[in-house]
Amino acid sequence: MKRNYYITKNCELKRKDNTIYLEYNDGRKPIPINDIESIYLFGEITLNTKAINFLCQNGITVHFFNYYGFYTGSLYPKETLLSGYLIVNQVQNYLDLDKRLTISKELIRTASHNILKNVKYYKKRIDELTDKVYRIEKEAENIENAKSISELMGCEGRIRSIYYSTFDEIMGSKFEFKTRVMNPPDNEMNALISFGNSLCYTAVLSEIYRTQLNPTISYLHEPGERRFSLALDISEVFKPILTDRVLFKLVNEKIIDKNDFDETLNFCYLKEDGRRKFIKEFDDKLATTINYPPLNRKVSYRTLIRLECYKLVKHILGISQYKGLKMWW
Amino acid sequence: MEILTNEVKITGVKINYFFYCKRQLWFFTHHINMESNSIDVEIGKEVHEEYFNRNKKEIAIDEIIAVDFVDNNGIIHETKKGKKLDRGDKYQILYYIYYLQNKGVKNSKAVVHFPLYNKKEELELQDNDIRVLKNAFKEITEIEKSDKPIEVQKMSKCNRCSYYELCFS
Ligand code: SF4
Repeated sequence: MKRNYYITKNCELKRKDNTIYLEYNDGRKPIPINDIESIYLFGEITLNTKAINFLCQNGITVHFFNYYGFYTGSLYPKETLLSGYLIVNQVQNYLDLDKRLTISKELIRTASHNILKNVKYYKKRIDELTDKVYRIEKEAENIENAKSISELMGCEGRIRSIYYSTFDEIMGSKFEFKTRVMNPPDNEMNALISFGNSLCYTAVLSEIYRTQLNPTISYLHEPGERRFSLALDISEVFKPILTDRVLFKLVNEKIIDKNDFDETLNFCYLKEDGRRKFIKEFDDKLATTINYPPLNRKVSYRTLIRLECYKLVKHILGISQYKGLKMWW
Repeated sequence: MEILTNEVKITGVKINYFFYCKRQLWFFTHHINMESNSIDVEIGKEVHEEYFNRNKKEIAIDEIIAVDFVDNNGIIHETKKGKKLDRGDKYQILYYIYYLQNKGVKNSKAVVHFPLYNKKEELELQDNDIRVLKNAFKEITEIEKSDKPIEVQKMSKCNRCSYYELCFS
């Protein structure tokens, strides 16, 4: 089973034969190339072209994060799984507004379903959430009537803001949240969400790489909004499933606390220790398996992301209608 | 030669997939390939390398056929890690014989080696096989030109197929 490698300590990343070595001041750690799914680089890591070429040849995506733990970009090896036929159809589904809306609506429908699932889970214990559930459900009705992508995005934005307003209740105001601020995050909760969402985005991107989908052609998000905007699209489905669930756990079980953050004048970020805790939970989540009836098999959450890509492939090729992964568990 | 006048190039792998599953063939001809990270492929590679490392490895002819080697008598040699040939494997090899015969190689036949089971099997091209192959060429061309694959049907071999997750997701 291949693994994600998260490198949080400063080191040098080198290639020797078929092995990647992490060289620290006080020793080195080998990683066989065949064990690597993707690499996440936090902290200050030196790597040379020899290592980069080797990683690229083996189709390993490398994700970069800056000193503050903010995602900065990915090394996306030259694609080997190309299908001109699929790309032409991927573009065509973008150009035709009806087709674009069909995919986008299903993405938002699925995201809202998963959001509601999270809120309803906590509603059992927290009465105040009843009204929020109602408001999300009401707002979700507008998805069907949206005539444009911007209308759909507006609707998604409102659902998300009601959703985020439940966070203080769900997490018993351990950290005060108020409103979502992204660039840069202004408080602990925003720092956690930003960090989690970049982990989700990069996980999706790595899975897209395993398919013939072109990551720059997207539907809900405008292509080029970020370089790999299709990963943003698919992340909508998985943020509630991965990021938020991990986050609730980390806060509610007090795994992460105030000391894990560094707050400077205007923004807030997770310190190395905090990042490591988040990464651990997130990676455990990706590796967790659940029973997936359509395949009649147990699959990991990471595989669920790939299956979502496959469903999109089939939709784009006109083989079968895309039905998003709606949490049933 | 008949098979070369088609606009669709018939490769050995396509023949193999055609007999394995026509849906798989459609995916394959539209370049929807699965990552070959399965252990099966790895084992296959190793068996092949161990068994043939003294001989010339993998020869390719006209980018159509790729066989382990052809000896001086025009006999094709192939290795398989399994116990027996499935229909796809068998017709893939028969197609190679057909192809070589059409290139003027007389009395061509094939020997399939099963090194893990210490046995081999000989294949010769019968008239009936040629009919089956010719029909396959026609159908493969149609599948490759169609814009959709056949509907998915659950078969027992689906469980072992590398397209399983794509088909049933
Ligand atoms: S999973 Fe089954 S239907 Fe799909 S390609 Fe494989 S054999 Fe064919």
